[in-house]
Amino acid sequence: MKRLEPLIFELSSPGRRAYSLPALDVPEQDLGQLLPAGELRQVPAELPEVSEVDVVRHFTRLSQLNHGVDIGFYPLGSCTMKYNPKINEVVAGLPGFANLHPYVPESMAQGALQLLYEIEQYLCEIGGMARATLQPAAGAHGELTGLLIIKAYHQARGERRTKVIIPDSAHGTNPASAVMVGMETVEVKSDHRGGVDVEVLRRVMDESVSCLMLTNPNTLGLFDENIHVIADIVHQKGGLLYYDGANANAIMGYARPGDTGFDVVHFNLHKTFATPHGGGGPGSGPVGVREDLVKYLPVPLVDFDGQRYLLNYDLPDTIGRVKLYYGNFSTIIKAYAYIRAMGPDGLKKVSENAVLNANYLMRKLLEHYDLPYDRHCKHEFVVKPGRIKEKTGVRTLDISKRLLDYGVHPPTNYFPLIVEEALMIEPTETESIETLDYFVETMNQIAREAYADPERVKTAPHTTVVGRLDEATAARRPVVRWKKE
Amino acid sequence: MTYPMEFKYTKDHEYINVQGSEAYVGLSNYAQDQLGDIVFVELPEVGRVIKQGEVFGVVESVKAVSDCYAPAGGTVVRVNERLLDEPDLINKDPHGEGWMMVIELADPSELDELMDINAYRRLLEEVGH
Amino acid sequence: MNFIPNTERDRQRMLEAIGIRSIEELFEDIPDIVRLKRELDLPRAMSESELYSHMVGLAGANSSFHEYVSFLGAGAYDHYIPAVVQHVLGRSEFYTAYTPYQPEVSQAVLQSIYEYQTMICELTGMDVSNASMYDGATAMAEAAMIACGQTRRKKIVVARSVHPEYRAVIHTYARGADLEVVEVDFQKDSGQVCGSGLAGQVPGAGCVLVQQPNFFGCIEDVQSIGNLARQHGALFVVAVDPLSLGVLRPPASYGADMVVGEGQPLGVPMSFGGPYLGFFAVTEKLMRRIPGRVVGATVDVRGQRGFVLTLQTREQHIRREKATSNICSNEALCALAATVYLSWLGKEGIQDLARHCLQKAAYARDRITSLDGYQRAFSAPHFKEFAVRCQVGTGRVLDELLKKKIIAGYPLGRDYPELDDVLLISVTEKRSRGQIDALVSGLEGLA
Repeated sequence: MKRLEPLIFELSSPGRRAYSLPALDVPEQDLGQLLPAGELRQVPAELPEVSEVDVVRHFTRLSQLNHGVDIGFYPLGSCTMKYNPKINEVVAGLPGFANLHPYVPESMAQGALQLLYEIEQYLCEIGGMARATLQPAAGAHGELTGLLIIKAYHQARGERRTKVIIPDSAHGTNPASAVMVGMETVEVKSDHRGGVDVEVLRRVMDESVSCLMLTNPNTLGLFDENIHVIADIVHQKGGLLYYDGANANAIMGYARPGDTGFDVVHFNLHKTFATPHGGGGPGSGPVGVREDLVKYLPVPLVDFDGQRYLLNYDLPDTIGRVKLYYGNFSTIIKAYAYIRAMGPDGLKKVSENAVLNANYLMRKLLEHYDLPYDRHCKHEFVVKPGRIKEKTGVRTLDISKRLLDYGVHPPTNYFPLIVEEALMIEPTETESIETLDYFVETMNQIAREAYADPERVKTAPHTTVVGRLDEATAARRPVVRWKKE
Repeated sequence: MTYPMEFKYTKDHEYINVQGSEAYVGLSNYAQDQLGDIVFVELPEVGRVIKQGEVFGVVESVKAVSDCYAPAGGTVVRVNERLLDEPDLINKDPHGEGWMMVIELADPSELDELMDINAYRRLLEEVGH
Repeated sequence: MNFIPNTERDRQRMLEAIGIRSIEELFEDIPDIVRLKRELDLPRAMSESELYSHMVGLAGANSSFHEYVSFLGAGAYDHYIPAVVQHVLGRSEFYTAYTPYQPEVSQAVLQSIYEYQTMICELTGMDVSNASMYDGATAMAEAAMIACGQTRRKKIVVARSVHPEYRAVIHTYARGADLEVVEVDFQKDSGQVCGSGLAGQVPGAGCVLVQQPNFFGCIEDVQSIGNLARQHGALFVVAVDPLSLGVLRPPASYGADMVVGEGQPLGVPMSFGGPYLGFFAVTEKLMRRIPGRVVGATVDVRGQRGFVLTLQTREQHIRREKATSNICSNEALCALAATVYLSWLGKEGIQDLARHCLQKAAYARDRITSLDGYQRAFSAPHFKEFAVRCQVGTGRVLDELLKKKIIAGYPLGRDYPELDDVLLISVTEKRSRGQIDALVSGLEGLA
């Protein structure tokens, strides 16, 4: 039986301790000699006083209150919650990596630099790009980096372009990133097939537009068949094309963003390349660019002179740094190991099976759920409970909460915004047909429940450790930290 | 929920209730219903001069946020400070206790561009209410 | 290797259910002219054992800190990480979850973030902490952006004694947002930011950014800087070493509006620079401006306490172009490491640990600067790092000590041409008196 766990602070007992320190084996000086009296701390921070057993039991018990990929199906759309290979955790923890200080002389970090150099090449090959920076720590950080590069490119050409075009199906990070680089956003509507409306794009595309940001396949899981036309429209007016790589799991080995007209590409290593999501992070969002944009990449780049790997800071036109050191190295190790394990054929199979799983699931769900765009999807798709809602009042949120009772993590809810009551489902390639069938069965069961006993669904979940939480009060009167009474 | 006869309404679902040279501005019942539980309200500074159609405030529910547009231009003379602690007043009594600001109208003729109760009812019917 | 469970037979069944003959048909919407018509040019696949050997080889081509005694800090520190940290982080309920969008099955992640937020608030004295940023540098850059938004001013004043890479990131972000960045030099004798220089630049600025202790390890006169900022309506942003707060007073006490910093010292391995942990805490007044995720306490329908993501309307998935930041994924697992680490360390432990670092650094400083040819570069008091002027030059010092398996420190000349002969030396609790003495005798031989 799962039980709620007290806060670590509530387990605290004065004088109890877990820590041990090496002996203070130097002569101790008076604190007042070493630091100005005014800078000394008077009241200690109220950290918990607990034993090591308390720490271990607290976090172990707590962990049992969470769903994760290792526990069950996690079809959260656009997040690519695939299985995270355990060997990657092991190799990232090797002391030669984990204990390496970022400022050791290059001669002492040749293995790490080689790894960075090689994964940059792999990502460029997969994306069809000339070179890449590994510095960005997440997809949104990659977007920011890419947009800064695009801004620098236009500025160097003496052009002041102030707009970024973003489809209405885009991730929220796209417009938020655009604003961070001082751009205005222009939204283009999707057409009846779920792609960018080419005619609308033609109308809004002019010399004031810096770039178009596109996720392809998009958040409906649909590959934009007009991508080459879109690229032409944007390029003809001097704009650039930015690829949001959140959905790259669908196309590896089939199409490379660079070949489809994209100039700047980010990848999410924590999605496509199987590094764990960590409860919200760390991620990694490398950005690749075409040849003439290489000079704007953040410094340093890792180069190879034929004998030695070295950090290259000599990029006079660089946009500068976007992060400390060289990126989320440990995450990058895991993606590197994944690419080496899979090989070219393995990566292509990943995309094939991700797409097959998604299409299978999509077709099997249509008995009770509705498809807004009836065509083959890529790695994910969107359905909505249109008939169910109309007849029973049961909404997407209710269905998602009821899924929790069956041990399944719900799909992404209410996104993309252009589909009302959206359920965005991404099964990934690492799920078996049995898991997919169980999900279909469960979704159908919930639909039947909705017709027979809608309240049962509307008040779900019933079996989780907590029921529905009062988010309105949490936001009205925020309590965002524990306080000693 | 009834909509007061004497109010004027905007297509963005703000209302304005003129009392002499002053006017109360708030969100219509339809607006609050669409937003759901309102958790936070941002109000303009007293004394600020606002143009018709300009953003004068922001209301937030748990998972939505909405700008509020001034139905008419004028100077802000009072704001409903109770909303800072009780934002849900807008949910409970949008046309009364849940008012957001009072402005002194700059140009009463601007009101002519707004919807009266009948026109607003037709709009609500169009959006399915 | 392959993590695809479905067999050829499964795939056939699925194709039949979809009503198609081959997987290829599912890719027909990719136009022929943009298709890749060859195999990706990548190394061939490896088995798990081959992969392991390959990775051991790469890791072995680095010189691990196990083989060297290191006095290298400069923003990434060699503090001991207790075994419980990796143990908890290895729980896959934590590391294979994502952002807790479904609170009913995410109480572990949510509650641990709530505990983390509380610890950051306790350490810094601030009212509200977020769930984490990418690192200390991006946290400081985003703080500057928010300060300029809040004050509606376009100028950022940053001390030149702030970590050079932090400043580099601030410049990058500021260029994007079309903000001006002014750097204020440090005093050549004390190593602290120049007070008169600040006084000249702060009027009209949206924020003042300093680091405590600063990049040279020196304690800044934060009270005066805070007063100056307040006097001119600029927000005061301070980056701190969280472990220093075991002995140094919390930034809230000297008027910081936002406190940021690098959480790597809190149980996160150095890992060649990442992933690390940016922490970000603000006063209550700025609560609705804070970037990223925030967890709040509430109750469920059964009346039990539970935790949820809150104040979400600040964030990109709702506010889109009006969000306070574009951050989505953060460094949650590193924040969990910090929470476990700080639980292990506890109320007394952090004070003891800070004292050990302080005392050992002071001992090292006294021994080194009593040698001929080595002088303190700056007069200001310091915490666990200090700068030493080396008559023989830092290059010679580093090379010679490396032969004795000692990494002597960080050459400040890399970032400050005028400090070409100055070495930044970091001493954590892990360094024994014997190791410090070995460094001293290595240096002595050179002078």
